[in-house]
Amino acid sequence: MAIGFTVNGKDVSVEAEADTPLLWVLREDLALTGTKFGCGIAACGACSVHVDGQITRSCSVPVSDIAGKTVTTIEGLKGDDGTLHAVQQAWIAAQVPQCGYCQSGQIMAAVALIEQTGTPSDAQIDEAMTNICRCGTYPRIRTAILAATGQAAAAAVQGEA
Amino acid sequence: MADNPNPNIDEVGAAPAPETPVKKKGVKRRIFLVGSALLVGGGVFGLYWTDSDARARAKALTTGDGEHNFLSWMKIAEDDIVTLFSPHIDMGQGTHTALGQMLADELDADWSKLKIEQAPSDIAFSNTALVQSFLGEMTGYPGVINALPAAVIGMLTRSQKIQITGGSSAVRFTGQGGMRVVGAAVRLALIEEAADRLGVPASELTTADSAVTHAASGRSLRYGELAAGAAERSLDSAPTLKSRKDYKLIGKPVARIDIPAKVDGSAVYGIDLTLPDMRVATIAAAPVRGGKLESVDQAPALAVAGVEKVVTLDDAVIVIAKGYWQALKGLQALSPKFTDGGSSAMSTASVYAAQAKLREAGKPDAEAGAGDVDAALTAAGDAAITADFRTPFLHHAMMEPFALTAHFKDGKLHLWGGLQDPIGARDRAAKAAGLEMDDVIFNPMIMGGGFGRRFPGVTEIIDQAALLAMQVPYPVKLIWSREEEVRHGTYRPQTSARLTAALGDDGRIAAWRSDFVQGEDSESEAGFIYDVPATSRRHFAYKSNQIDGPWRSVNSTQVGFYNESFIDELAHAAGEDPYQFRRKHLPEGSRHQKVLDTVATRSGWGTPLPEGTGRGIAIVESFGTIVAEVIEATVKDDGSPKVLKAWAVVDCGTTVSPVNAEAQIAGGLIMGLSSAIGEAITLEKGAVVESNFNDYNLLKLADAPPVIDVHFIESDAPIGGIGEPGLPPASPALANALFAATGKRIRTLPLMTQAKA
Repeated sequence: MAIGFTVNGKDVSVEAEADTPLLWVLREDLALTGTKFGCGIAACGACSVHVDGQITRSCSVPVSDIAGKTVTTIEGLKGDDGTLHAVQQAWIAAQVPQCGYCQSGQIMAAVALIEQTGTPSDAQIDEAMTNICRCGTYPRIRTAILAATGQAAAAAVQGEA
Repeated sequence: MADNPNPNIDEVGAAPAPETPVKKKGVKRRIFLVGSALLVGGGVFGLYWTDSDARARAKALTTGDGEHNFLSWMKIAEDDIVTLFSPHIDMGQGTHTALGQMLADELDADWSKLKIEQAPSDIAFSNTALVQSFLGEMTGYPGVINALPAAVIGMLTRSQKIQITGGSSAVRFTGQGGMRVVGAAVRLALIEEAADRLGVPASELTTADSAVTHAASGRSLRYGELAAGAAERSLDSAPTLKSRKDYKLIGKPVARIDIPAKVDGSAVYGIDLTLPDMRVATIAAAPVRGGKLESVDQAPALAVAGVEKVVTLDDAVIVIAKGYWQALKGLQALSPKFTDGGSSAMSTASVYAAQAKLREAGKPDAEAGAGDVDAALTAAGDAAITADFRTPFLHHAMMEPFALTAHFKDGKLHLWGGLQDPIGARDRAAKAAGLEMDDVIFNPMIMGGGFGRRFPGVTEIIDQAALLAMQVPYPVKLIWSREEEVRHGTYRPQTSARLTAALGDDGRIAAWRSDFVQGEDSESEAGFIYDVPATSRRHFAYKSNQIDGPWRSVNSTQVGFYNESFIDELAHAAGEDPYQFRRKHLPEGSRHQKVLDTVATRSGWGTPLPEGTGRGIAIVESFGTIVAEVIEATVKDDGSPKVLKAWAVVDCGTTVSPVNAEAQIAGGLIMGLSSAIGEAITLEKGAVVESNFNDYNLLKLADAPPVIDVHFIESDAPIGGIGEPGLPPASPALANALFAATGKRIRTLPLMTQAKA
């Protein structure tokens, strides 16, 4: 069946079985591979995107539920002029990623948290940031969220690599 | 790790280990270019003749018009861009950046004009070629071999067919013995070329920012202008390296080059690859390791929309579809019948029982140590202290599930994906598909975590993808579901150990015995660091039906847990502070003592804590790096541990890339805590019980220490590894902290289930 929705500001229509998870439509039909497959059961958060502004684990949402809605993926966070979102900039300043595989989902979760709370407290960060990172970047994720919201300084590094 | 029965070059180890390294005086060692062949002369290992064909191939693979190759591993273009070819693949460890810092520092290259690329998966860029090109007399084989995971050593000594990312080896060997040397040697060649061109003595020239300058005349030549001439010169194989005070990039907080692409979704991992006409497949292998596929009715899968084909292997069934979801639905529609491989009686409990029986039989397969332990323990009688420890199978849980794309076309098998040894992957794929290795092309891609899971010796997806590709005309991407990943791991082995010791009248440990029961030598990565007059560390070789895999830090994780838990027990038995008790068993004035003292000071060791909160300490040396950690922890209402604070002090000699090194240590500490608190793979009827992240418990942000204080001690010791050594002290430090908090000693991991029990 044809299902229409908006992704990163563009209207799209995809041919897909109704039960296909949004994740696989994004990755395989729309070539938006920044959203990752980690577990398929909404346990790890690597597939996190925003649906009508709400943080959503796209591996466990059938695409038919998305009809007519607005989806933002990691590729859609940049400004129209290509400027990185403040949270993405904080992620670079704090040198958060290691393998990087979970970081699209982590950033989407952080952006949603900040949009919701403005300046999230440590307790709010603990509660909202439930995405798994096997490399153990959690302390820097916390630092980057605090830095993006003016509550801490990010780690300093030298030079534009 | 699979042996290589068909090495293409005889015993690479051919370089015999010298009894004593001798530094020759007054002989300037040169790397001679002789036609297309390369000789490295004058070293203690004698002459090395590298494969001239390989060197020519390296150049052809990497170097285009207007570019000039040096020693295969770097090139300078006429527009001044310097490109380094890294044999190590990015799996999150940040070594590309560190290797670039090391090369560029010695070369005096402009950092903004440095590019770091993945070396081709060609024997010209194998570890052995690296050793031959660079390490000859600098470090030599013994040093390299000593620090690699035991499983890799056999391959390194038998075969040229490896290109590994592992063993915390990139910076300390490729970087220290390789990239720095080549950077320094090429810098000298550039100076020599400039001296000739400017008609001035080389001694009057200086280098900086990719240019050679003659200050007296105000003239300057860019590296790009000098590269062609310099590339024709012979290179000094033992150039003087910079001293610490002259570093411009080494040890400086340089931003990692891979990070921007990892925050905007543009980094392309193996699982992200798309090729024209590509199909996607997913697989179900026999639930019991060693089982075979008996039968499967393919019809239900073929009835699923989008499914194109069902392929059966000896021990698995694969469904090919236009996309992953269709393939998964097709697979789930099947009811394959598998045999149990004769392992249906195997369970977590049966493994521990068999291990205890093996140990009690008292016939160790290997023993290390010195002194008369039996006499000392007998003399101690009932005063001897004994403790039994257990650690479970652990899943690697790399966040990117296995994905490998394969396409057999025109007699060549092409592979794309992230593996920790691309050349080894070619070798394995060739064997699986019945091809020559030259007919397998591997295209390395970045990895969403590796942690030891992606070594070809334990990577059956290579066989699966290769066999699959031989049966279909189109490219096919084989993706493992998380369930497949969790249930068919090559786990850190389930192990057990009995430790026994006697305390002397002087309050010191008089004798120590460790009986380790597991597959391979427990001390392959971390030896015994304490000064004890009599020790006996015995290994009882045990095999379950699972395949033991290298898991980040390998055997040093469980051995670190055993030793550092047990010495804590001995300290309490002796009525001494666990920090001071360790300290007095370490050599006076040693690096170990300094690391331990520093972590004690930074963590406020000995200062009062609230009731119910405790501190634990542990120190482990692995991969050439000494790490001590202190954990402050308490127990939550549900009985599970809560880590409050963590400190790590590290002596890895020189810290090349401090911002990244801190992340590696902190990340290792968190992975150590995660494994200690909640992770376990258990077996029932020979099959794995856990299935996904709902029942394989990884630590999340809320349970990780909010801040980890990581401190580096710079020393003159050889550079140590950084990717793995942060992990081993974490689990004993936490268990010791919980003992301090509650008085309850936990000797079986994971702690979560034990704490609740």
